[in-house]
Amino acid sequence: MAAAEDTPVARRLRGVKHIIIVCSGKGGVGKSSVSTQLALSLRASSPTARVGVLDVDLTGPSIPRMLGLDGHSVHQSSDGWVPVYADGSEARLACMSVGFLLKKKEDSVVWRGPKKNAMIRQFLSDVRWEELDYLVIDTPPGTSDEHLSLVEHMAPVHSRLSAVLVTTPQAVALMDAMKCLSFTRTTSIPVLGLIENMSGYVCPCCGEISNVFSTGGGEEMARREGLRFLGSLPVDTELVSLLDATEPESLGSVERLADGGSVRSFQLLERYQNTSTAPLFQAIVDKVVQALSGDDSHMNAAI
Amino acid sequence: MIALQQAAPVPDPLSVPSNAPEHCPGTESELAGKADACAGCANQEICASGQTKGPDPALPLIRQRMSTVKRKILVLSGKGGVGKSTFTAQLGWAFAADEHLQTGIMDVDICGPSIPTILGIATEQVHSSSSGWSPVYVQDNLGVMSVGFMLPSSTDAVMWRGPKKNGLISQFLKDVDWGELDYLVIDTPPGTSDEHLSVVQYLKESGIDGAVVITTPQEVALQDVRREIDFCKKVGINVLGLVENMSGFVCPSCRNESQIFKPSTGGGRRLAQDMGVDFLGAVPLDPRIGKSADYGISFLDEYPDSPAGTAYLGIIDKIKQKLGD
Repeated sequence: MAAAEDTPVARRLRGVKHIIIVCSGKGGVGKSSVSTQLALSLRASSPTARVGVLDVDLTGPSIPRMLGLDGHSVHQSSDGWVPVYADGSEARLACMSVGFLLKKKEDSVVWRGPKKNAMIRQFLSDVRWEELDYLVIDTPPGTSDEHLSLVEHMAPVHSRLSAVLVTTPQAVALMDAMKCLSFTRTTSIPVLGLIENMSGYVCPCCGEISNVFSTGGGEEMARREGLRFLGSLPVDTELVSLLDATEPESLGSVERLADGGSVRSFQLLERYQNTSTAPLFQAIVDKVVQALSGDDSHMNAAI
Repeated sequence: MIALQQAAPVPDPLSVPSNAPEHCPGTESELAGKADACAGCANQEICASGQTKGPDPALPLIRQRMSTVKRKILVLSGKGGVGKSTFTAQLGWAFAADEHLQTGIMDVDICGPSIPTILGIATEQVHSSSSGWSPVYVQDNLGVMSVGFMLPSSTDAVMWRGPKKNGLISQFLKDVDWGELDYLVIDTPPGTSDEHLSVVQYLKESGIDGAVVITTPQEVALQDVRREIDFCKKVGINVLGLVENMSGFVCPSCRNESQIFKPSTGGGRRLAQDMGVDFLGAVPLDPRIGKSADYGISFLDEYPDSPAGTAYLGIIDKIKQKLGD
């Protein structure tokens, strides 16, 4: 990975302290939901923390919807693209996604690899993130163009990279998670830990816990592979509905708040902290922050 | 049949270097073999000779191979983890339940092949003969091809960029000895990218009979599925219909149904209406479906009378009807 230290990407990301890649081999296990929660919780971790979310799932961007930013668009300034701020004027939660570049929500992005590669390079070199404590990168499923491009373009900042793996407990998902782990090992990105998502579902009617997608597989895998197990998250319908954003914003309000942020996404932060998942996730974030600050943590993951 | 063709050796996906040229101009480009990025690429000479610029030489071979396949069905979804592979497997099993029919399943999810596990044949390997690669048979009339059969270990990651994935898909279509097939069901990865474009491109002449699009009820999934249907329209694939998976959950303890993934914007039914495609049915979330997939057994054979089983069968009947079979 001998790359010139002074690439546009390196210059742009100079003020970013930690870059966390959220990945999983499998689709639909909750990468975007984990990325969103990670960003919200990291932002809440200190009154001055500044967090960025970069969505590199180019053909299926979900982050705008989850942060309640559907319909926003990106502004071009003389110094690059201005990210969309989910918290408006406070400007501590910046977000960038291909979703902001599409005219209609049903427009498909039918791109082959080289075009995706170019878009990712632009995201990394042209977005004006400014100073960030954490940049959370949400990835698409698989280990292909997007992932290789990320690693390639971020080679100059490789020392600040780390990854969080997400899986669900079924064997089929764990198999893909193993592939993802093998990817992080090949590219020597330290793994902060593994999250087991959709681990059990509490019936709202009788309180019985059903293991809709089985349970425990993630923890078992973490132990076997010597990874830090960050925690398991049950299916939380409240959270699903919150991130699914039942009420899409009317176009009027979008225009009014065109210079970034919206009233609703402020509420999102508050409402998130009231879900039953938020305290569980707080424990995960504590472990992530701990792993980022302790250098010894990088050791077992980098093997 | 395709006697003139040399038996293609089964490739070892890991023998291909993952650091192939970063800025490959594409084999059909004017710059193929001449760009800076091509220096040192193993295929530089082939590209530079101009051989690659004409129409893909694989196309006639694919057409010939596919001429014995009656129906080609794609299973698509913009979103991952909604049950594409599970549905593909059920569809394959259901077609193969009629012993007079020959069915094939092709898994073009190169980076995350789940089909071998779901069908319970994860440890099998592909063999090549003079007539091509033999599919792995689940039963006499159900053959399967997946990159999963070619990996030395299931934990190995296939870190490929687009062109390499396309190459393998083309081989799946031209080098696999499918024989006479009544149905070929193609399972795809999430998204609308290389794999999808390649399948459509390679099968353009042979014709795709239609696509079954899978979704789950929440808006985050529907957003991606809208894009997938838009993709089908753009490239001219007939959408057979939409299936809503994980639609409601019946608690095994109190028998009450709850919505795990709430259809906050009307779910699949509404989406089908809005996009002008048929709604084929909704399959409730049943933990036994996932478990069956993990153990590689057919959910339909085990629990045909469960609500999810009935829903699957209803959907499969509709698909057959729409195909006119």
